[in-house]
Amino acid sequence: MGLGQRRFNLGVNVSIEEKGIRMAVEDKLKIELGKQGVFVTTVNEIYNWGRKNSVWPLQFGLACCAIEMIATTMARYDLARFGAEVFRPSPRQADLMIISGTITKKMAPQVVRLYNQMAEPRYVIAMGACAISGGPFKQGYNVLKGIDRYIPIDVHIPGCPPRPEALIHAFMTLQAKIDDQPLTGTERPRHLNPEAMSEFPIPIQGAHDLVPPVNHLVWPLPAPVDSGENCG
Amino acid sequence: MSTADMKVYRPPVIDIIEEGDELLEVAMGPHHPSTHGVFRMDVALDGERVIRLKPVFGYLHRNHEKIAEKASYLAAMPYTDRLDYFCSLTNNWAYALAVEKLAGLEVPERAEYIRVITAELTRIQNHASSIGFLMQEMGASGTPLMYAFRERERILDLFEELTGSRMMCNYMRFGGCRVELPTGWLAKAQTIVDGLPKFIDEIEALLTGNEILMARCQGMGILKPDLAINAGVTGPMLRATGVNYDLRKVDHYGIYDRFKFRVPLGDHGDIFDRYMIRVLEMRESVTILHQAIKDIPAGPIMDPKSKIRGFRPKPGEAYGRIEAPKGELGFYLISDGSGNPYRYRVRPPSLINLTILEDMCLGHNVADVVLIFGSVDIVLGEVDR
Amino acid sequence: MKSTEEILAMIQAALPAAHVELVLNPSPSAQHSLRVAPADAFAVASFLRESVELALDYCSNVTGVDWPDKEITEKVKVTQLVDGEEKVVEETVKRIEPGCLEAVYHLYSMRRAHEAIAGPVVLRMRTVNRTDQVQLPSLTFVWRAAEFQEREIFDLFGIVFTGHPDLRRILMWDEFEDHPMRRDYVDPDDYEYEPTPHDEVLKRAEAQSKSAGVTA
Ligand code: SF4
Repeated sequence: MGLGQRRFNLGVNVSIEEKGIRMAVEDKLKIELGKQGVFVTTVNEIYNWGRKNSVWPLQFGLACCAIEMIATTMARYDLARFGAEVFRPSPRQADLMIISGTITKKMAPQVVRLYNQMAEPRYVIAMGACAISGGPFKQGYNVLKGIDRYIPIDVHIPGCPPRPEALIHAFMTLQAKIDDQPLTGTERPRHLNPEAMSEFPIPIQGAHDLVPPVNHLVWPLPAPVDSGENCG
Repeated sequence: MSTADMKVYRPPVIDIIEEGDELLEVAMGPHHPSTHGVFRMDVALDGERVIRLKPVFGYLHRNHEKIAEKASYLAAMPYTDRLDYFCSLTNNWAYALAVEKLAGLEVPERAEYIRVITAELTRIQNHASSIGFLMQEMGASGTPLMYAFRERERILDLFEELTGSRMMCNYMRFGGCRVELPTGWLAKAQTIVDGLPKFIDEIEALLTGNEILMARCQGMGILKPDLAINAGVTGPMLRATGVNYDLRKVDHYGIYDRFKFRVPLGDHGDIFDRYMIRVLEMRESVTILHQAIKDIPAGPIMDPKSKIRGFRPKPGEAYGRIEAPKGELGFYLISDGSGNPYRYRVRPPSLINLTILEDMCLGHNVADVVLIFGSVDIVLGEVDR
Repeated sequence: MKSTEEILAMIQAALPAAHVELVLNPSPSAQHSLRVAPADAFAVASFLRESVELALDYCSNVTGVDWPDKEITEKVKVTQLVDGEEKVVEETVKRIEPGCLEAVYHLYSMRRAHEAIAGPVVLRMRTVNRTDQVQLPSLTFVWRAAEFQEREIFDLFGIVFTGHPDLRRILMWDEFEDHPMRRDYVDPDDYEYEPTPHDEVLKRAEAQSKSAGVTA
C-alpha cells in the first residue's frame, strides 16, 4: 500500500508495447499516405481525438482559484483554443470538473454529489494547493485536506493560485492523457469498464468531522509519516 | 431621546401563508450558475415571486481567524490576501493599519503613496469586474466581463511586476511596504491610468444607456438609507442609498486628506444606482491616481522601528478599518504581549452587506433575485472567511 | 466625538441604574471600552443609538472573545510560626481565575460622521462562565448589523444571544457540536499526508502512525 496504488487514479501508464499493438499502421507509412490524400487512423485514435478536443468543464468555482479559472477563459488566455470554452452549469452536460479552490467540510459532500451526477467519461482537475491538500488552510478545522480523499483526480496543478498558463498546461496534460487511453484491456477508461466504480460514497457531516474522513477505495491507508529527515 | 418609541429594524418575518397555498421551496446553491461561487439561498416561491429567502453561509469557511490566532502577526498577512481575493492589496492595508494602530507604528510617506496607488488600482479592477459579473448575471454572457477582465489583466500585470503575484500580493508590511517600486513602474502605471478613462467611457457607452439594463435595474432591489445604516451596510451599496459615508473622507486614514476627489452618491438605492456609483467611483479613483503618481516623494518605505522577527506588540487591542472596494473592511486585534494575536477578527463587509438581502429580494421574481444578489458585490472568501 | 469617559458620564447621567465600567486599553491605539452588565445592555445600547449627541447609529463590528479559566500563580507573603518565632514566609499560591466569554461591539456614528472623529466606541459584555451560563442579550433589534455576526458568535464561541430572531449555526453545518473558535477546541485529527510535519503536527502524525501500527 502507499503511493503505488494511486496509479490507478492517474491511469496514464500505458506501456509502449500496448501502444504498438494499437497502432495498426506505422507512423511513417501514415505520413506517406497522408501526402497522397489518404488518411489512415484507428478507431481508438479518432475516438480519443474527438473526446480530447471537446472537453466541457463544469461551471463550478469554489474560491480564489476560480477567479484564475475565469481569467483563463477570458480574452488573454482564451481557453477556447482547447475546445473547452463551453462551461456547463449542469453536471449532466459536463465532462470535466475543475476543482478550483478550497473544499471545506461543509462543501465536500456537495462536491462528491456533483461528481456522482456527472456522466462518464468524466475527468477531474484539482486546481491549486487547496484542492490538492488543503494548501495554506490545511490547519483549518473546516478544511478538507485534499479532495482526492473522496474522488479520483486526473491532473493536479500546484500553485496558489496557479497561473492561467498552469491551467492551460493541465488541460494539455489531460488531453494527452485522454489521447493515451486504450479502448480495451485493463487500462481502459472507466466508462468502458462495466465493473469500474461509478458512484462514490458521499460523506456525512457528523458531530465533529466528516464521516468517514476518507474514502478508502480511492485513498490508500495512511502512509508511514516520515518524521525524521523531511522536516526542516 | 426615548428608547420606548425607538425604531426597530426587524428581519422580515415569514408571511403566514393561507391554507392551500402551495409554496415551492428551492435551495439555490451552493452549486449555482450565478458567478459568485459557493453561496446558497433557501428560497420559498409563490409562483415566480419570492416569499422568503434565507441565505446559508459557510461553504467557504476556511478558518482564517483560527489559523491567524495560531500563527505570528506577520504570518496572517498572506492569509488576508485570500479573504477578498479580488482585492488583496486593500486587505493587506486594512490588516497592516490595524497592527500599526496596535503597535504604534508610523508609515513613511512614500509607503503611504504606494499604498494609495495600489489600493486605488485595486478598487478600479474590482469595480470593473463586479460590473462585468453583474452583467453576466443579467444574461449579457461574456462580453462586458471580457472588457472588464481585459482591463483587469493590465492592472494585474502591474501588481505582478511589483509584488511577484497576480492575485495574492502579500505586499504590505507593518509600518510600510515590502519592496521598492521597480524602475519604470510608475511610468507604466501612468500609461495604464491614462488609458482607464477611455475604458470607463467604453463600458459606459456599452451599458449605461442600455434599455435592458435600465429596465431590469431601475427600481429593483431598493434599499432605504435608514435601514442601510442600521444594518451596517457599507461601501457602494450604502452610498447608492444617498448616505455620505466614505471612510477615505471620514477617517482620513493614510494620506487621503491630501487628494481631491468626490464621493458619488445615489438617491434611489436600487441596482442601477449601485452600478452607477461603481462607475463613478472608478472615475474618482483615476483622479486620485493621477495626483498620487504625480506627487509621490522619494524616501524610505519602511518604518525603522518596525520589526519583522520577534514582533510582539504590547498588550492591548485595536480596531482598524479602511474603505475597501466592497465596504468597510476592519480588523480587530487583541494582543496579550506574545508573538501571535490573542484574538484576530475580520469585519467582513461582504457578509454584513448581505444582512438585508432578504429585505431587498422579497416580492421580486427569482431572476431578479440573482441580479439583486449580484449587485451587492460579494466575494465568498470574505463572507465565510 | 467625545472621549470614552465622557460617554460613560453621559450614560450614567441618563441611566443611573445601569452598571457600566470603563476598561482601559494600554496599547498605543488607546481605544478604551465600556463594559456593560448584560442585564443593562439593551437599555445602554438603545441610549447610545438614540442619543442625539452621540447618535451611534452604526454598529460596525461584533465579535466574541474567549477567556478560558486561567491558573494564576502568585507569591503571597504569609506570617507563619516557625520554631516558635513569627516569620514572614513567601508562599506560592495557585488559584483559578474563572473564564468567561465576551462579546465586543464596535460602534460609530454615520449621521455625525464628519464631525471630529476618534476611535470607535467599544461596548463589551461578559457571560458568567464558559459552560452553562453563556447567555447574553441580543442587540440585533438595536442594530440589525449584529444579526449575522451574533449568529457567528453563537456558532463559533457558543454564546447564546437571548432574543435573537433567528439563532442558528451560520458557518458550520447544523449537526456540528463544538465551538471551534474557543481556545480549548481540539480539531479533528486528519493529517495523514502531511509531507513535512513539524511541531504540533509532527507529534500528532507520530501518534497517528503509531496507532496505525507503523513505526514513524
Ligand atoms: S490554492 Fe490558494 S488561491 Fe487557490 S483556493 Fe487555495 S488559497 Fe485560494
